[in-house]
Amino acid sequence: MPTIKIESEKCKGCSLCIDVCPYELIRQERTINHQGYQYVVLADPEEQCTGCTLCALMCPDICIEVFK
Amino acid sequence: MKQVFAKPKALNDEIMHYCPGCGHGVAHRLVAEALDHYDITGRTVGVAPVGCSVLMYDYFNCDIIEAPHGRAPAVATGMKRSRSDLIVFAYQGDGDLASIGLAEIVHAANRGENITVIFINNTVYGMTGGQMAPTTLLGQKTTTSPYGRNFNTDGYPIRMAEMLAPLEGTTYVARMSLDKPVNILKARKSVFKAFEMQINNVGFSFVELLTICPTNWGMDSMESIKRIQDEMIPYFPLGVFKEKETEDYI
Ligand SMILES: Cc1ncc(C[n+]2csc(CCOP(=O)(O)OP(=O)(O)O)c2C)c(N)n1
Ligand code: SF4
Ligand code: SF4
Ligand code: SF4
Repeated sequence: MPTIKIESEKCKGCSLCIDVCPYELIRQERTINHQGYQYVVLADPEEQCTGCTLCALMCPDICIEVFK
Repeated sequence: MKQVFAKPKALNDEIMHYCPGCGHGVAHRLVAEALDHYDITGRTVGVAPVGCSVLMYDYFNCDIIEAPHGRAPAVATGMKRSRSDLIVFAYQGDGDLASIGLAEIVHAANRGENITVIFINNTVYGMTGGQMAPTTLLGQKTTTSPYGRNFNTDGYPIRMAEMLAPLEGTTYVARMSLDKPVNILKARKSVFKAFEMQINNVGFSFVELLTICPTNWGMDSMESIKRIQDEMIPYFPLGVFKEKETEDYI
């Protein structure tokens, strides 16, 4: 199943990845990482991720790896 | 399972100091992807500007030299002329390139130096707190244009790609935007092309990238992306303004 891996310690919570995911599979956590940002996580219980890489293309901090 | 998207090898694992959403991160990634693609990291030297990306040497695995404000094209010229085996790129913001460094970029382009320039247009001086840049749009409020940019006193926003394209010395001139995935893919192609021009000794290549500066625009990332689409792209049209063939080169 295609999936993504988000490096939460690098994430700055800018939410650019959230907006581009066609299935709205990324959401922001309420807790913060060591940088002080509310990082994002993949929430894909139904394994909908297609590995389209749109989220990774948008991420300015290169926190997202995509597997297919 | 195969990895289909990974951090380019030309970047290290440092956390970049840029603000959340800042366009410098994607611009760095595209340059690094070009270095990976052509396998040139070991013989590439970048020239960093003065501006938010002044610390880019912390993130790249190639050599980076720091130039005085606006002088990156002059430093890159010297580097490339003395070591033509190197791939040399300048990376500059709009305050750096279009304001204090305007003479250096125009003359380097006009001389047709065989270098690559990546130009980050975020319509403000980012590092120093959001002052008006030559690229600031009419009506745009900045710390030095609190009532909005007025052409009577401040002149018009400068279109660098259109200014450089007609010069005989330039071989590839494009403007791209980092506002959405499809445009980021086009920008990647353009940055690759710019490096390819230099590798093939065709001459001076220039890619302008429209990017967001949420901090100094006083917007969140999503509002900033919308501003690129609604306000910047209509004034700064995207496209390839010039592309010479190798054979054109005299
Ligand atoms: C000779 C000189 N003049 C002025 C400055 C102050 N200064 C530092 S960064 C900067 C502007 C940078 O803006 P830009 O090139 O748009 O880059 P950004 O920070 O937006 O990436 C200025 C004016 C300086 N460091 N040196
Ligand atoms: S790869 Fe595509 S489908 Fe999967 S999380 Fe990212 S944007 Fe969503
Ligand atoms: S785009 Fe990157 S930095 Fe921004 S929220 Fe998503 S993973 Fe985090
Ligand atoms: S001030 Fe603007 S250009 Fe500088 S790091 Fe922050 S968002 Fe980027």
